Amino acid sequence: MAVLVVAEHDNEELNEATLKAVTAAQAIGGDIDILCAGNDCGSVAEAAAKIEGVRKVRCAKDPALEHFLAEAMEAVIVPLMDEYDAMVAPATTVGKNFAPRVAAKLDVMQLSDVTAVEDADTFVRPIYAGNAMMTVKSGDAKKVVTVRPTTFQAANAQGGAAEVEELSVDLGDLKSQFVGEELSDSDRPELAAAKIVISGGRGMGNGENFHMLDSIADRLGAAVGASRAAVDAGFVPNEYQVGQTGKVVAPDLYIAVGISGAIQHLAGMKDSKTIVAINKDEEAPIFQVADYGLVADLFDALPKFEEEIDKLGYKAG
Amino acid sequence: MKILVPVKRVLDYNVKARVKPDQSGVDLSNVKMSMNPFDEISVEEAVRLKEDGKAEEIVVVSIGPEKAQETIRTALAMGADRGILIKTDETVEPLGVAKLLAKVVEEESPDMVVLGKQAIDDDANATGQMLGALLGWPQGTFASKVEIADGAANVTREVDGGLQTIKINLPAIVTTDLRLNEPRYASLPNIMKAKRKPIDMKVPDDYGVDIAPRLQVVKVTEPPKREAGEIVESVEELVSKLKNEAGVL
Ligand SMILES: Cc1cc2nc3c(=O)[nH]c(=O)nc-3n(C[C@@H](O)[C@H](O)[C@H](O)COP(=O)(O)OP(=O)(O)OC[C@H]3O[C@@H](n4cnc5c(N)ncnc54)[C@H](O)[C@@H]3O)c2cc1C
Ligand SMILES: Cc1cc2nc3c(=O)[nH]c(=O)nc-3n(C[C@H](O)[C@H](O)[C@H](O)COP(=O)(O)OP(=O)(O)OC[C@H]3O[C@@H](n4cnc5c(N)ncnc54)[C@H](O)[C@@H]3O)c2cc1C
Repeated sequence: MAVLVVAEHDNEELNEATLKAVTAAQAIGGDIDILCAGNDCGSVAEAAAKIEGVRKVRCAKDPALEHFLAEAMEAVIVPLMDEYDAMVAPATTVGKNFAPRVAAKLDVMQLSDVTAVEDADTFVRPIYAGNAMMTVKSGDAKKVVTVRPTTFQAANAQGGAAEVEELSVDLGDLKSQFVGEELSDSDRPELAAAKIVISGGRGMGNGENFHMLDSIADRLGAAVGASRAAVDAGFVPNEYQVGQTGKVVAPDLYIAVGISGAIQHLAGMKDSKTIVAINKDEEAPIFQVADYGLVADLFDALPKFEEEIDKLGYKAG
Repeated sequence: MKILVPVKRVLDYNVKARVKPDQSGVDLSNVKMSMNPFDEISVEEAVRLKEDGKAEEIVVVSIGPEKAQETIRTALAMGADRGILIKTDETVEPLGVAKLLAKVVEEESPDMVVLGKQAIDDDANATGQMLGALLGWPQGTFASKVEIADGAANVTREVDGGLQTIKINLPAIVTTDLRLNEPRYASLPNIMKAKRKPIDMKVPDDYGVDIAPRLQVVKVTEPPKREAGEIVESVEELVSKLKNEAGVL
């Protein structure tokens, strides 16, 4: 058995989601190799080589791989799959984009957003916004799996010394090309990896008011998230959205402010360790999943909250 | 330009799914079913492209039970021109759906297939990408903006870090995200008109592809339940409990 884990990275740093995917790959079993596909991504390959339990790192470099476009990723991965029994990638927007193409090319049914690996053929995945968990057994000879990073422990990033192999890359004619991007440049931790997340909903009223959350987040080293309603209303950009069709988070502490708690929102945060809800409506469904609920107007509660954490010694910056 | 829009009939997004006691699946008897919300966004996008003079014909296709005809009718009432129902009562996985759609594409030769980024029942987020690979077409997934010009589409995509724009040559696959548009409600006259629009009735055997499921459902269970906690009286109490009881501050 051998498993190919496709690394998530930005051409400079290895994303922690890769370490989670390695753990999932270990549960499938066999030798584990990591593919670093990108442009000028030598530092990523070096980091990947240090992950404990990795046999080999395979590095595919090409300018056309810089933005991980699905067609290009497919062209690199499909030929490699002759040597592997399974491919594992984190269920990020990058992984979700290319993995089904690989699966279709191999004529296998993808296992999407897997939350547990029972054995090499059996996987658990949420369906219906996490209101049901489906255990499926795959009859396909090869497995293509995307894994939900929040439900797997990170593999040890140190302790390995895998060899790095440079692959020769032939992408053929690509029919897609990168035009541009607008990425949020924030010093805060990534939503998916943050230990504390504070999210605002429609109750925030406007984008300006999100500064109240920013200022608490800066003190706590937290990431800021949002409900779909807040994103749709233009308060904050799309990458803030937590939920069934946004990001799934599972921090130690999740604070939902002015969020009602729709099924679709809960799907993205109900595995958080401790959940706090601040909402002025005591009937709001969010209180049914909250460990601590505060029925209050957020415009009163947030400034007080900031004061109280200041007293604990949390300071901005 | 001709646009193909696959639409799926799913449990309405307002209904909470209930797991059957025998763990064989989710109980879909006597519950409200609707068009997958992302597919409404796809239909809307196609109709707008037609209204802008960029598209001439919109064909919707659904793979599912007899009742999926209602879903097709909804799309026709929104402005699609005709429908195809590939009737089956069996579960068809995204790979099987993609294979059937690839055959429909062969027959219909659309310039673009617009799918939802995910169906809100199975949440697979796979069908569009699989179809792209089977056809050897490029894809613009999770689209929040689509602009057509000179035989190509500029697609702005919602990605984890923000937005990414790519250019894909037509024919191409687009999968829709929430911010692409706000779907319209069909007007009564359009609902009446839709009743006369044609729906082609097919069965999977007409297409000669293997759509047998590859995944066997072992069981479907309820997720672990979260118990409601306590209501605190003040911000002071909240912060104190977060520090001393939960240990997260
Ligand atoms: C009781 C029960 C048992 C099930 N058992 C299984 C099982 O064993 N294995 C399994 O994989 N799934 C199973 N499913 C779910 C299965 O029917 C999925 O709906 C199917 O796999 C498609 O996945 P998806 O809709 O999430 O695809 P996605 O890739 O999320 O769908 C994306 C888009 O593809 C298009 N699309 C998808 N399906 C159709 C369609 N039928 N017609 C037209 N367009 C479509 C739509 O545009 C949609 O927005 C089961 C469901 C139920 C209710
Ligand atoms: C296909 C589909 C996918 C979706 N995906 C997602 C998703 O991924 N993520 C997601 O979040 N949603 C998603 N949704 C939307 C979801 O159904 C809800 O509409 C949304 O989560 C509601 O956001 P909200 O709680 O901010 O707004 P509302 O439901 O309007 O709630 C606002 C809350 O703020 C409270 N409030 C107002 N003012 C104050 C105040 N001054 N002080 C304190 N509290 C106040 C109110 O009491 C209310 O409870 C999806 C929907 C569909 C159809």
